[in-house]
Amino acid sequence: MITIRNYKKAESLEEAWRLNQQKSNRIIGGMLWLKMGKGTVQTAIDLSGLSLDQIEETEGEIRIGCMVSLRQLELHAGLDAYTGGAMKEALRHIVGVQFRNLATAGGSIFGRFGFSDVLTMFLAMDSYVELYKGGIVPMREFAGGGFDRDVLVRILVRKLPASFHYSSVRNTRTDFPVLTCAAVRFDTETGSDHRFAIGARPGRAIVIEDGDGILSGGFTAHESREEQACAFGEYAAAHVPAGSNMRGSAGYRKHLVKVLTQRAVLQIGGAAGC
Amino acid sequence: MLITVELNGKNVCAEVEADTLLIDFVRDHGCYSVKRGCETSNCGLCTVFLEDKPVLSCSVLAVRADGKKVTTLEGMQEEAEQFGAFIADQGAEQCGFCNPGFVMNALALFRENPEPGEEEIKEYLAGNLCRCSGYEGQLRGILAFLEWRKKEGRS
Repeated sequence: MITIRNYKKAESLEEAWRLNQQKSNRIIGGMLWLKMGKGTVQTAIDLSGLSLDQIEETEGEIRIGCMVSLRQLELHAGLDAYTGGAMKEALRHIVGVQFRNLATAGGSIFGRFGFSDVLTMFLAMDSYVELYKGGIVPMREFAGGGFDRDVLVRILVRKLPASFHYSSVRNTRTDFPVLTCAAVRFDTETGSDHRFAIGARPGRAIVIEDGDGILSGGFTAHESREEQACAFGEYAAAHVPAGSNMRGSAGYRKHLVKVLTQRAVLQIGGAAGC
Repeated sequence: MLITVELNGKNVCAEVEADTLLIDFVRDHGCYSVKRGCETSNCGLCTVFLEDKPVLSCSVLAVRADGKKVTTLEGMQEEAEQFGAFIADQGAEQCGFCNPGFVMNALALFRENPEPGEEEIKEYLAGNLCRCSGYEGQLRGILAFLEWRKKEGRS
């Protein structure tokens, strides 16, 4: 358990940011991961007094405050409807309800944990982080970046017309995942674009796109939807770097990448949803 | 730091350290049903309600409960006894160490979803670990309780 010397409920984002410039201070989200560390935090900075625990939905966007809990994300009707249940599927295996009532969306994204179902799901969406000083940054750029002393204020999701699918493999219920896979088919005026996010590789989640046009080619290059899915699974497995840890070997993860992306393609469909 | 918490219906004012955890705060104030199990925010033994939502008290700073309502099993005796009798009827638990956290989260489930199905029960209680029951007896107890409540017209 970490030692915390002082606690400050920030009265403004400016105050939170200013306090956070000192390396010995830390912003606390749900504090679930932070608690398990060792060392001393001079001042724990709490953002829970800044009304950032709300999800706001407009016609074209969903704005998620950094202090929104994972349980709020899981139960939000707008996110559930937009993702066709994929958001809920990404969250419901994370430990338990009591844990998800504490863990925050902001903490999960800012931590950029390799095991994160949350990061995997948001990477597949057209999402952005709003940083207090850094402005609005695409999730993909943020996920690949390093840690700094900025404050993550909100997560923004553009509601482009899309179909989603989420799946993960766990050795046992509520454990960290061995692999996570979020898939989306964005429907555009000219056709469709596919994006897949693979996490728990065990490194940070990454995005993989249909670089060879396997899915955008629809049935023309493949005899059946199954064959198309199979070809994309092979492509994904070849392009996603995987490693080994106590939960699974690199080889097993490569196999899972193939299987989960194949299944995802069958769920979300290839070109024009075929 | 001086905090005021509405603990089981009574206002409690106390001086706490910045890193005092809610579990230690409630135990210091006589709520011994709340137990420490895993220390990794996984087992659910330390479940309390914070503003009526089940949370892991081992992972909440006591200062974050300042001005808020905290409920432990001690504050829910009637509901807990009623439900607990159905668990006991099944001989569901051997040591009973996980029982208070399990009962708290089960009661949270019934408040949120008065008539849960078997899969919904399993999903909601997935974060309550028990190392001796095998969960089958607990599930039978829950289903028996729900059936009784339905017959009594209490759900």
